Amino acid sequence: MGRSSEVNKMGTELGKYKLCVSARSSDKEILKKAQDGGIVTQLFKYALEEGIIDGAIVSGPGDEPWRPRPFVATTVDELMKSRGTKYNLSPNVSFIKEATRSYGLDRIGIVGTPCQMQATRKGQLYPVGLRDVPDKIALAIGIFCMENFPYQSIKQLVEDHAAMNLNAVKKMEIGKGKFWVYGERGQVVQLPLKVTHKYEQPGCHVCLDYVANLADVSTGSVGSPDGWSTVFVRTKKGDDIWSKAITAGCFETKAIEQVKPGLELVSKLANEKITKNQKTVEERAKFGVNKALRNPYISPK
Amino acid sequence: MKADVEKKAEVIKKEDKPVADKIKVGHVHMSGCTGCLVSLADNYGGLLTILDRYADLVYGLTLADVRHIPKMDVALVEGSVCIQDKLSVEEIKETREKAAVVVAVGGCACYGNITRFGRGGQTNQPQHESYLPIGDLIKVDVYIPGCAPTPQLIRNVCVMAYLLLKGNKDQQELATKYLTPLMQLADRGTEACGCDLMYHIINQGLCMGCGSCAAACPVRAITHEYGKPNVNREMCIKCGACYAQCPRSFFNFDVMNEFEGIMEAIDGALK
Repeated sequence: MGRSSEVNKMGTELGKYKLCVSARSSDKEILKKAQDGGIVTQLFKYALEEGIIDGAIVSGPGDEPWRPRPFVATTVDELMKSRGTKYNLSPNVSFIKEATRSYGLDRIGIVGTPCQMQATRKGQLYPVGLRDVPDKIALAIGIFCMENFPYQSIKQLVEDHAAMNLNAVKKMEIGKGKFWVYGERGQVVQLPLKVTHKYEQPGCHVCLDYVANLADVSTGSVGSPDGWSTVFVRTKKGDDIWSKAITAGCFETKAIEQVKPGLELVSKLANEKITKNQKTVEERAKFGVNKALRNPYISPK
Repeated sequence: MKADVEKKAEVIKKEDKPVADKIKVGHVHMSGCTGCLVSLADNYGGLLTILDRYADLVYGLTLADVRHIPKMDVALVEGSVCIQDKLSVEEIKETREKAAVVVAVGGCACYGNITRFGRGGQTNQPQHESYLPIGDLIKVDVYIPGCAPTPQLIRNVCVMAYLLLKGNKDQQELATKYLTPLMQLADRGTEACGCDLMYHIINQGLCMGCGSCAAACPVRAITHEYGKPNVNREMCIKCGACYAQCPRSFFNFDVMNEFEGIMEAIDGALK
């Protein structure tokens, strides 16, 4: 059921994975404030309760509304406070060493965007400044990501374009080709992505990963019905934890082949992102007059 | 009973691992704090496995009773070179002659690091005031930046160096791919600073605010402003860890995509 071979069938845009399903948490409390299927919160909750992780680096509430900050959650309560997607930067990897020091974690969970999963794996293979961290990453959960925004961009989009107070926003969402802002009192504002594009973080435009290919488990809304998430289980570690969580009844699942819009849409969006950003990378090579911008995929020079 | 004991003693006497295929490694100590050597030693059991199976330590301060730099496959050099100290200058040149591969281990050997701030005046040899990264005097093949460099990166490089010199074709290919960015760093030059994050990441439109640099910084000089790193330049010791750790300084998909297998292989090699 959805179990693909090690080499995925649809090309490389979805990365390697062992299993792909549509899923949602079976915990009503989690779903109340979850972005979609509550996968990240539920999987961390299970791992925390089972002692698979000692804590997880998540995007917790910051000083301003909808401004996340990296936060080391060591209790289920703290995890619950971090539910939902905040569409702006939270440098979660900045806590990856601190989590093993001040917080004393031996088994770290970390959630992040595809680039943060890349940073985590680079940190394990080339731990230049991450002493004793590489062997302590117990569960890395990646979230699908087309691009991210600086906080100031989100502020501008919500307050100027959507004319809403950030304090009064219940949820933000990017889906069905629009940027959605839901107010506490039931109002809904949608912005076309044409408006949001220019506010995107520039560094995202060279990113060649949509579905967090290097995570243990990656998840996102795309491909699944409302309230459900698409889940890729990628590594042995991920597979082990995921199957235990399934056995423990943490998730409801549906075969990805049986849901709409399904994997085809994930592939389509992944290819769109990769093609567009590959083009950006190529254009950078001839950006000036016989002068190139740096290409990190070739060398550190 | 007695026969058993004798038999056991005999078994212990026999070395069950062939030593002929080991590579010869030396630790050359220039002007550094010995923190890099401590990092190497902090691999604990892993270091013993490395010395048991893959490498003979043919030179090393306090570890190997050898006076002059011998011929070796890999020289791990710690520290920068004080150019007012004749012996240091001779020894770094000799290291280049005697070693097939020279690895600059740690911030001082790669970039000068904290020794960049030397002004001389210290007791005993006050005239010793100019410290250069080894790459300013000899050609360096591989960089392991950081202050201190991590036991795990030193371990990974040791295993890869062994595979490169003694492995089969596939292993050599993997080791080459793995070591390439560290060789490119060596090629790139001898100057590092938190400013590299501005010049070569943020100014180049590459930063995506992951936080790797702040995690890597040994002196906590990096905070994030507007989601991007901000370096306290007074605190920066110029070790090069932040830039090398950044996934947008280098990111080699052919290696990273195989992270699971590579980590298993390294773990397996040290079991």
